[in-house]
Amino acid sequence: MIGEHFPVLIPVSLLVGAVVSVPLGLWRGSLSRLVALLATGFSVVAAGVGLRHVLRAGEMRYSLGGWPPPIGIEYVADPLALFVVLVVTGVGFAVTVYSKRSLERESPQNHVPFNAVALLFLAGLSGMVMTGDLFNLYVFLEIASLAAYALVAAGEKRAPVAAFRYLVLGTVGASCYLLGVGFLYLATGSLNMADVRAILPLLPHYRLPFIALCLMVIGLGLKMALFPLHVWLPDAYTYASSVGSAYLAPVGTKVAAYALMRVWFGVFGPVAYALPIGAMLVVASVAGILVGSIMAMAQNDLKRMLAYSSVAQVGYIGLGIGLASPLGFIGAVLHILNHAVMKATLFLVSGALAYRFGTTSILPMDDRLRRAMPWTSAAFAVAALSMIGLPPTAGFFSKWYLALACLKAESWPLVAVIALSSLLNAVYFFRVLERMYLRKASAEERIPGPPASNPGEAPPSMLIPILILGLGVLLIGLANAWIVEKVIKLAIPSGL
Amino acid sequence: MSLSEFLAGYGAYYLIIGLILIGIGGLLLKSNYFKKAISLTILQSAIILFYVMSATKRDATVPVIDAGLGAIQPEQYINPLPHTLMLTAIVVSVATSGVAIALLMLVYRRFGTLEEGELLERMR
Repeated sequence: MIGEHFPVLIPVSLLVGAVVSVPLGLWRGSLSRLVALLATGFSVVAAGVGLRHVLRAGEMRYSLGGWPPPIGIEYVADPLALFVVLVVTGVGFAVTVYSKRSLERESPQNHVPFNAVALLFLAGLSGMVMTGDLFNLYVFLEIASLAAYALVAAGEKRAPVAAFRYLVLGTVGASCYLLGVGFLYLATGSLNMADVRAILPLLPHYRLPFIALCLMVIGLGLKMALFPLHVWLPDAYTYASSVGSAYLAPVGTKVAAYALMRVWFGVFGPVAYALPIGAMLVVASVAGILVGSIMAMAQNDLKRMLAYSSVAQVGYIGLGIGLASPLGFIGAVLHILNHAVMKATLFLVSGALAYRFGTTSILPMDDRLRRAMPWTSAAFAVAALSMIGLPPTAGFFSKWYLALACLKAESWPLVAVIALSSLLNAVYFFRVLERMYLRKASAEERIPGPPASNPGEAPPSMLIPILILGLGVLLIGLANAWIVEKVIKLAIPSGL
Repeated sequence: MSLSEFLAGYGAYYLIIGLILIGIGGLLLKSNYFKKAISLTILQSAIILFYVMSATKRDATVPVIDAGLGAIQPEQYINPLPHTLMLTAIVVSVATSGVAIALLMLVYRRFGTLEEGELLERMR
């Protein structure tokens, strides 16, 4: 029945949407948007239904083309995969709803190819999440990456330069991963993740698999912007259009982090614990958390500040992975969800500011902003408090689990780093909140260019996704115990 | 192991390592963005060669069933899987080059240069 096919339906529906939306969009411009909405909406429903089914009945495996797994490509729908796919498609759907008016303002001629590329990006990400095959992961990684370069390049004047630098580093990362897959294939003779996992402990020595793991970690580290491999990120997110960075920032790097978990915990498992990968990840993540937060404090542009804060937030996920403990895993997976929702809210708010005022600079903000856009400001405040980590917002709980994991590992310096980074987050977000809520409007510092005829909130198609995601930050915070107990605990990989 | 045995067994891998280093060296050392794009292609080609190289066997033939050999002796045929994987990787590599060159055309039209230093100055 349809039920047993839906693991593969999510990437396929998005891919079909990407292909169909171009000719339909060229025929009637508005149809491409309709296709994008249908494809992303369908994939959200499929991911939700699938997650519900898998939580009840256990994981599902789908063999592509009817070839049994070690030979054919396999798609795996387990709780972790469907959880991440739900995050990806959910945020993707919200941004797609939001995209219409923002695209009309920022790139009026390009919305048909933009929608197609965005669908391709989401298809690549969901394929990366669902696949159970190492080489297939590479193919979807490249689909998502190529689409991401195009999403970046469709931004402002300097965007193609940022996109090219992203392309160079992204391709080096993907090449490292591909070389790693090659070594692993030479050692085991298989590309199926479960099969490789079964073969690895039987090998006489681990020289080739260890080289493979190192290459794959470096490759995926580049894709997830782990410090010091993050240099492509700030320019790419800043120069991309508002919608482009709203697609990229919440989910792009997270899926690479998910792939890292899959490879390290799912494929290598206990075999790899002889290598100090975890220690290396922890060091890189801590450096990323501190450097990202400090650089974010120094920025005067909201989007650039958010981009640097993304570097820091990826550090939290890397820290959770690097600790390689159940609590660290829970923290990392919960932070994938939390950060996706918070960052999507923040980037959508910055897009709404760009739509109304034509700038995302922090310096000219004052309390007229809050009076003009009370709901947008409220959503921003909630998401910002969540980034800082104040209960009961979502951000508090993933940090809480990470801190517990650090306590359990008895690494006190890491607890101090988490506390310190929350303070640093508070510094740079309160800089914005203070201007937004407390600073009185002065005559000489005006927000440039708000047209007098239409002051107020952004149009409903932009405001509603912002509000839903902002509400989501609160709801996820309140429901975090349920999410952890019912979903994430089931996904903890064996042998951790 | 004699030198000729070593070269027959591992020589090609050293050449591939050389190609990978040329690719990475070009990415690091060249300041012209087009040369960086070329270095990327060299890097990707080296990895494709690595896969193809890993499929070879001594005294084996192309992986098409030969009536004289039959299908039951896998050691008589070279491994076809890396070749098929690399068909996909070549497509990816071509797509990457295409996107890279399209981006560079945009960059050149907007800024009139592909030299990194000049570009960073003109981007201010």
